[in-house]
Amino acid sequence: MSSDELIWRIAGGSGDGIDSTSQNFAKALMRSGLDVFTHRHYPSRIRGGHTYVEIRAADHEVQSRGDGYNFLLALGDSFARNPQEDAFYGNEEIKPLSENLDELREGGIIIYDEGLISEEDVEALDLEARAEENDWHVFPMDLRGLARDHGREVMRNTAGVGATAALLEMDLEHIEDLMSDAMGGDILEANLEILHEAYDIVTEEYDFEHDLRAPEGSHETEQALLSGSNAIAYGAIDAGCRFIAGYPMTPWTDVFTILSQNFPDMGGVSEQVEDEIAAAALAVGASHAGVKAMSGSSGGGFALMSEPLGLAEMTETPLVLIEAMRAGPSTGMPTKPEQSDLEHILYTSQGDSQRVVFAPGNIEEAYEQTRLAFEIAWDYQIPSIIIYDQKLSGENTNVDVEFFDREPQPDLGATLTEEELREAAHDNSGKFKRFNYEDAENGVAQRSIPGQKGGRFLATGNEHSPVGHINEDPDNRVAQMDRRLEKLESIREDLDSRESSTQTYFGDETADYGVITWGSSQGAVEEAVKRLNDDGHSVKGISVSDMMPFAEAEVTEFLESVDEAMVVEMNATAQFRGLLQKELGRFGEKLTSLLKYNGNPFEPAEIVEGYEVNFVEEDREPTAQVRIEPAAGD
Amino acid sequence: MSAFNAIGEEREIDRDEFTPGVEPQPTWCPGCGDFGVLKALKQALPEAGKTPEEVLTVTGIGCSGKLNSYLDTYGFHTIHGRSLPVARAAKLANPELEVIAAGGDGDGYGIGGNHFIHSARENHDITYIVFNNEIFGLTKGQTSPTSPKGHKSKTQPSGSAKTPIRPLSQSLTAGASYVARTAAVNPNQAKEIIKEAIEHDGFAHIDFLTQCPTWNKDARQYVPYVDIQESDDYDFDVSDREEAARMMRETEDVLNEGTVLTGRYYVEDDRPSYQQEKHAVGEMPDQPLAERYFDDDAEWERSYDLLERHT
Repeated sequence: MSSDELIWRIAGGSGDGIDSTSQNFAKALMRSGLDVFTHRHYPSRIRGGHTYVEIRAADHEVQSRGDGYNFLLALGDSFARNPQEDAFYGNEEIKPLSENLDELREGGIIIYDEGLISEEDVEALDLEARAEENDWHVFPMDLRGLARDHGREVMRNTAGVGATAALLEMDLEHIEDLMSDAMGGDILEANLEILHEAYDIVTEEYDFEHDLRAPEGSHETEQALLSGSNAIAYGAIDAGCRFIAGYPMTPWTDVFTILSQNFPDMGGVSEQVEDEIAAAALAVGASHAGVKAMSGSSGGGFALMSEPLGLAEMTETPLVLIEAMRAGPSTGMPTKPEQSDLEHILYTSQGDSQRVVFAPGNIEEAYEQTRLAFEIAWDYQIPSIIIYDQKLSGENTNVDVEFFDREPQPDLGATLTEEELREAAHDNSGKFKRFNYEDAENGVAQRSIPGQKGGRFLATGNEHSPVGHINEDPDNRVAQMDRRLEKLESIREDLDSRESSTQTYFGDETADYGVITWGSSQGAVEEAVKRLNDDGHSVKGISVSDMMPFAEAEVTEFLESVDEAMVVEMNATAQFRGLLQKELGRFGEKLTSLLKYNGNPFEPAEIVEGYEVNFVEEDREPTAQVRIEPAAGD
Repeated sequence: MSAFNAIGEEREIDRDEFTPGVEPQPTWCPGCGDFGVLKALKQALPEAGKTPEEVLTVTGIGCSGKLNSYLDTYGFHTIHGRSLPVARAAKLANPELEVIAAGGDGDGYGIGGNHFIHSARENHDITYIVFNNEIFGLTKGQTSPTSPKGHKSKTQPSGSAKTPIRPLSQSLTAGASYVARTAAVNPNQAKEIIKEAIEHDGFAHIDFLTQCPTWNKDARQYVPYVDIQESDDYDFDVSDREEAARMMRETEDVLNEGTVLTGRYYVEDDRPSYQQEKHAVGEMPDQPLAERYFDDDAEWERSYDLLERHT
């Protein structure tokens, strides 16, 4: 447990403003010079229910949620169900306090709102004894009353932040600035008053002996706090995407919302449509008509996109789809992360898959790989998919502002102008040979856009001749199929020849033990590997992004260099390990799995423990809610 | 300068330009009503001043889906039931394109029914032709959403227990701003109606009766037909929603009794199209979005300029 970090958890009910309060507090910590990382836990409910946001802040880089946390601000759930409904929901009023105690570290701090959480309920929790046992420092405060006295009850979050700042001996300057940015007039005045009042009460009236203080740090460059969804949306904007079609579904809605809000000022078009079949089909139609277009959804909605996805493959319509995974099957746990749609995304839709799939591991990768997905899609006329999840979607971290200072890339790739079309191959009736396998380079046949002179052709989901007519001749079939599949090989070569890899490497290069992960589990794995190496083990790690075409050469090299490797992923059936074994079967005996699918993302300590159980103390069972799958043949 | 010079080109247009030069010959059965749609389109498009390369014909799956194999325009033969969302987006991406969507009754009123309702509701400026033969033809004669009650087929061996869809009434209720029915056996009316639909600024829906001589032999050939605008027996105002609704209902009722009524049912000329509505609320660019990608001088906004809200 490091004492150089603050992990602050604000808990309450959905609709209590936990999100915006935590966003501002995270920003204040970032502005004070710290690196921050947020983790959001919430139910699929508009009002009430146990929800929290955790902010991890340190003077060094943070890539993941931490192990447990050390500061709880329990606000009380103002939308708690009435006690008659206890049978099903339990006592919701106490939940912001009771549900969060197990993960609070020794020496941790608790502020709870005694205005909303009753004394009786606290007694029933046996809080005093537990506090003594764990050296917790407990500060009951009537945050609601304080807020009511100086403004309105809903401002109790502000009171909580003021009290937090006082206990951490934090300067209020950044918090005040952020409040002034977000509000004005009487509301601002009342909030500032409440902030100071809470701060003063704690400073003047409370004795405290705890050691925890806000860490101090500094940034050399200006930082921006953004989420994975921001990064994907911004990657799309910078790739020149100006058309999005979608249907609301958690958690993909975040990207859809961000682009819908920004596109009107950018000459773009956003369409909320009747269903996800239509959404993906609209993206296909817009792309066909010459616009860089995207769509996306989460598990169930993406299932509806299978057929338009196949249409894009067959008609070689460039397209970017994004899929924000959540726990399945079916409706599953709508607001909980899981990495269990990998096989769905790789293989959904009939016929042989002809698509590109990237799984970014963090916020920077989400931005870069979204741009890359557009670039590849338009250069090779193929659908590209970004697969991410509820975790990456909602987590916020600080990124160098300069990271985004890049040229936009709106070009349409392998698309001809009218002038170029005059020189291109046509059949003797004047139809453009849009799907010409004779002149194709890297499998790519150049495309025209409707409305261009000399470019008319037929796009069809049927197998087709070079001008697009339905054609079932065996020679033509094989030539077209081979040409389309050649694009995947060309893309692999293209990606391998680039200066920087989309895979991420960490740990000790000389190690004989490896940890392999993918997507949003990357941060926790990276931190765990660092910790293992710090503790004297020798471990290396790789996080894989290129799912299709698979990063075969890089993963082969990694697996050849280790004796054994543990594959870490958030699902129950080891889907990524299945992919590894499909692509690189000869390494099957080297692979074990660490799986988690309880709705919560990995904490680094769980991975450390999984490693120890696997490779160090073979007889021990893991204690956390994770599962170990032994190697093939074991 | 436009990147799409086929659009708005002023020149003499020969209807033969819409016939593909080499292949393929239509694979429809002899006597199929689909020939009637093809012929009417080939006549209507030049009369409406459209050249092949400013037209995008988007089709679904079925015999009707092959329309754009035999009509030489830009074409997109999509998947079953999904011609409308593809067509809508193409129109939004480049509103200067002439976009025609087409499919069968199973395609449009069955599997694609949701898209039909919403496309009509939103009043997209496209022409939608439904080849209505009251049967699934290409899959060999199953009962379709427009098959009459009692229709016997291999999948409904005792006769369909379902009342057929009312395509015209549904279109009106959903919000289409031009609704007509024509028949393959009535080529002049068909051509005129298609031309009007193309020129109409909004969602123009044509329920096109196309006899299936192979799988719907029992059904009428849609003769004799009555043009409700020509006949003295019918008098109603096509701009009046309630009168139109009554006329549609009657038309749908009597079809199964053997009386084929055709013509214009509802025409709402002053309703703005979807792209106009979207432009009015500030969510459609002034220039066609597709043009921007070919404009070397276009300035592209960057996410870097949005970061202030995150610092």
